[in-house]
Amino acid sequence: MNTLAEGSKEKLEQGRVVNDFSIQVATVNGSGSQSSNSVLMRSIFQMGIPVSGKNLFPSNIAGLPTWFTIRVNKDGYIARKAETEILIAMNPQTAIEDVKSLSSGAVCISPVELRLEAIRTDVLHYQVPFSELAAKASENMKLRKLLTNMLYVGIVAELLNIDHAQIETSIAKQFEGKTKAIDLNLNAVKIGRDWARENLKKQDPYAVEPMNKTQGKIIIDGNAAAALGSLFAGVTVVTWYPITPSSSLCEQLIDYLKDYRIEKESGKASFAVIQAEDELAAIGMALGAGWAGARSMTSTSGPGISLMAEFTGYGYFTEIPVVIFDVQRVGPSTGLPTRTSQADLISAHTLSHGDTKHIVLLPGSVAECYEMAGDAFELAEKFQTPIFVLTDLDLGMNNWMSDPFVYPTKPINRGKVMTAADIDKAGKFERYRDVDGDGIPYRTLPGTDHPQAAYFTRGSGHNEKAGYTEKPEDYVNLMDRLEKKFQTARAFVPPSVVSLEKFAIIGLIAYGSSDFAVEEARDQLKVANIATSYLRIKALPFTDELRKFVEGHDHVYVIEQNRDAQMRDLIRLELPDLAMKIRSVKHYDGLPIDARFVTDAIMEQER
Amino acid sequence: MTAAPPTNRIGLTLNDYKGAPSTLCDGCGHDAITAQIIKAFYELGTEPHMVAKLSGIGCSSKTPAYFLNRSHGFNSVHGRMPSVATGVSMANHTLTMIGVSGDGDTASIGLGQFCHLVRRNVPMIYIIENNGVYGLTKGQFSATADLGSKAKSGVMNELPPIDLCGLAIELGCSFVGRSFAGDPKQLVALLKAAGSHQGTAVIDVISPCVTFNNHEGSTKSYKYAKEMETPLHELGYVPFFEQISVDYEPGSVQEVEMHDGSKIRLKKTDRDYDPTDEINAIVTIKKAHANKEFLTGLLYINENKEDFTTIMNVGDAALATLPESITRPPKSALDEIMAELM
Repeated sequence: MNTLAEGSKEKLEQGRVVNDFSIQVATVNGSGSQSSNSVLMRSIFQMGIPVSGKNLFPSNIAGLPTWFTIRVNKDGYIARKAETEILIAMNPQTAIEDVKSLSSGAVCISPVELRLEAIRTDVLHYQVPFSELAAKASENMKLRKLLTNMLYVGIVAELLNIDHAQIETSIAKQFEGKTKAIDLNLNAVKIGRDWARENLKKQDPYAVEPMNKTQGKIIIDGNAAAALGSLFAGVTVVTWYPITPSSSLCEQLIDYLKDYRIEKESGKASFAVIQAEDELAAIGMALGAGWAGARSMTSTSGPGISLMAEFTGYGYFTEIPVVIFDVQRVGPSTGLPTRTSQADLISAHTLSHGDTKHIVLLPGSVAECYEMAGDAFELAEKFQTPIFVLTDLDLGMNNWMSDPFVYPTKPINRGKVMTAADIDKAGKFERYRDVDGDGIPYRTLPGTDHPQAAYFTRGSGHNEKAGYTEKPEDYVNLMDRLEKKFQTARAFVPPSVVSLEKFAIIGLIAYGSSDFAVEEARDQLKVANIATSYLRIKALPFTDELRKFVEGHDHVYVIEQNRDAQMRDLIRLELPDLAMKIRSVKHYDGLPIDARFVTDAIMEQER
Repeated sequence: MTAAPPTNRIGLTLNDYKGAPSTLCDGCGHDAITAQIIKAFYELGTEPHMVAKLSGIGCSSKTPAYFLNRSHGFNSVHGRMPSVATGVSMANHTLTMIGVSGDGDTASIGLGQFCHLVRRNVPMIYIIENNGVYGLTKGQFSATADLGSKAKSGVMNELPPIDLCGLAIELGCSFVGRSFAGDPKQLVALLKAAGSHQGTAVIDVISPCVTFNNHEGSTKSYKYAKEMETPLHELGYVPFFEQISVDYEPGSVQEVEMHDGSKIRLKKTDRDYDPTDEINAIVTIKKAHANKEFLTGLLYINENKEDFTTIMNVGDAALATLPESITRPPKSALDEIMAELM
């Protein structure tokens, strides 16, 4: 049942490849392969081996090709890797292309009837009678289709030597409490495994062996992590409009809120989640709630960001706290809705007409999605302004290994809010006066029982007392104070992470989900005798480390996932005297950036 | 020595409910409405600090600056006051909310948000100061201008109007009234009743634009509205704190009891209009269009519909000011979640 191409013999002779390979499962979306892929990934994870999973899916409900990649890596690299060592080619529509894309010596597991061995003779083929085996797994035709996915789990498990006990645990977790489903799926895995043991001769070098590198770790996607961060930040009003890839942020938040924020005795909710009619309304509601004193948020992606422009400018100009999550996808326009990107950076940072600059947080891991969600609510109320949290599809929708999240250590701080007693003490209240010299004024909430507490919020020109004005000096005064406030923020946003390498003349700068690839690329470059220092930006406005870092290196590469080198341009604007030192590595095909791409791009420019 | 000015039930004077001086044109219908809003809140004895006043963009949307100086105000962006109001309401449902919009703000750019506000039944008074034109941009037709109405420039309006009351009823609005800026007695009664309503109360007030739409040939002029206004009933409002009983001829008065115990008393005209009959309300509005009638009064009321606060199942206290002990789950919650993810 298996054929070995001539060219792959050499690879076998090199010996075993343990805990360092990628498995790609090619299926049709809507076929139920997601559960099988999760089980496969989790089983390896539970063996203590670092893994990462990426779902490459179409903007479609059912019937179009989808690929799930599991990277197994003993060194803990969890970025995307371009090459696949083991292909499970279940989708007849793409099987030929999928096999063609493999490197020589790779492994291909496929249904026997696809006859893929004829296409690539330099690939090791394991051909499996999936239909026959599925017939054994169930009499129900619909179930057979679903269980076919568990058959390949069994086959891969046998070939790679994955602990059966871990598969049992993973299946129990996947189908929580559904005994019948657990039994059916376990049986399918067993059928696959038994068949492989009896019929396949192991000829590939790949195997897993238990490690202890995942103990105490969690697996979570960035959207769930951001939802958790919001939950523990005490969010009270959540408004959203469904959009890929951000929907699961609010959906998972709803689940957590229902579990942890409904009072047992009264059954009353300490939150409100509103599915708005569009993104225009979602941001309007969030602003209204923020103005009235709630910790409010909305979550969206590129097209939603475009729609939120006018209201976000309003929030900046009138100084209303709100948190906006942007789980970036490929634009412009509808773009590639199910592909990843970092191309909303400048549009989010300057969203609105007129002079506008927003604070932007840039989480680089699921743990930071959690932490920075919390930071965002604090900053929004401290600075009384919209705060963007920019993640992306790769971070938001894929599963990542992480250390468990840490419970907040500081109490919630609602910022400069004056009560009736505070107004009495101060003797007066003026909404837009810079009392403390940091550009941040004081506000009151509707319902404050004091004759001087009320003020009128308007998107038109306003003076320090919130009165209408078109006077040139009043406008300049307001805009200068808003700028001062933005400058104050430099000291309060998360600082960059700097890793200096002795004698390195090259600096790398990256942000967000590019971090995984950059960390791995640095090791690859080191092997090629190119030492690099690294600065990871975590927020806009930039913090003090940036200038020092660029000054301290001969030249720097800004690595990012957009066509226009948006971060590079922002850095050049920030450090005009150093602009010539700043180079760019850009990856913008919609797939997550990988280490080899970064390494090659830098080697090319260093030649 | 002058006598102390009269005060209401919470000891405030009418002045305490006023705002900054209006900057609208002399004789603007909107100012007449503002005066009735001030009067209504004064007579109701509402705590001004417990009111939030909101608006969109346009002449009408400027008016919240001209009433209730002691209330927080939110002059938002064009057509999107409904979403802001929805957020404010969720953050603090203990506030009384009044929104002022115009026909451009509500029937054109804000039509979608208006529909969804009504559909959610967000508790608030929603006033449309309807003059059929865009005033701030100098007199373009709005979407409520009647077919065949003539602009100041002489251009005829060739598109049919959107009837915001008919639309509101269609969307399930539980309080729909229409009035005229030149009928203060009816308007103040409607406003007060709207203040007692639990849900969205839409009041479409024909409010002539003296500068751009008050000429011969306009169907939103003072002259036209005065001549054509046909009240559906004589509207009275009896607040819960002032239970007055008056003897009426049996069958001549319909009484609607509101959530807070206040009552709307509708003295019937020869029309015998029942505002609790939804189908009849829709038919009446349709017929009025066909017959070119200008009907005013309480078009529809349903005191049994759940408002958005109830639907959202929030507690008695405002979400905005809940303490950390309620809004941040304990560490044990995070530990539990983390354990599940391992």
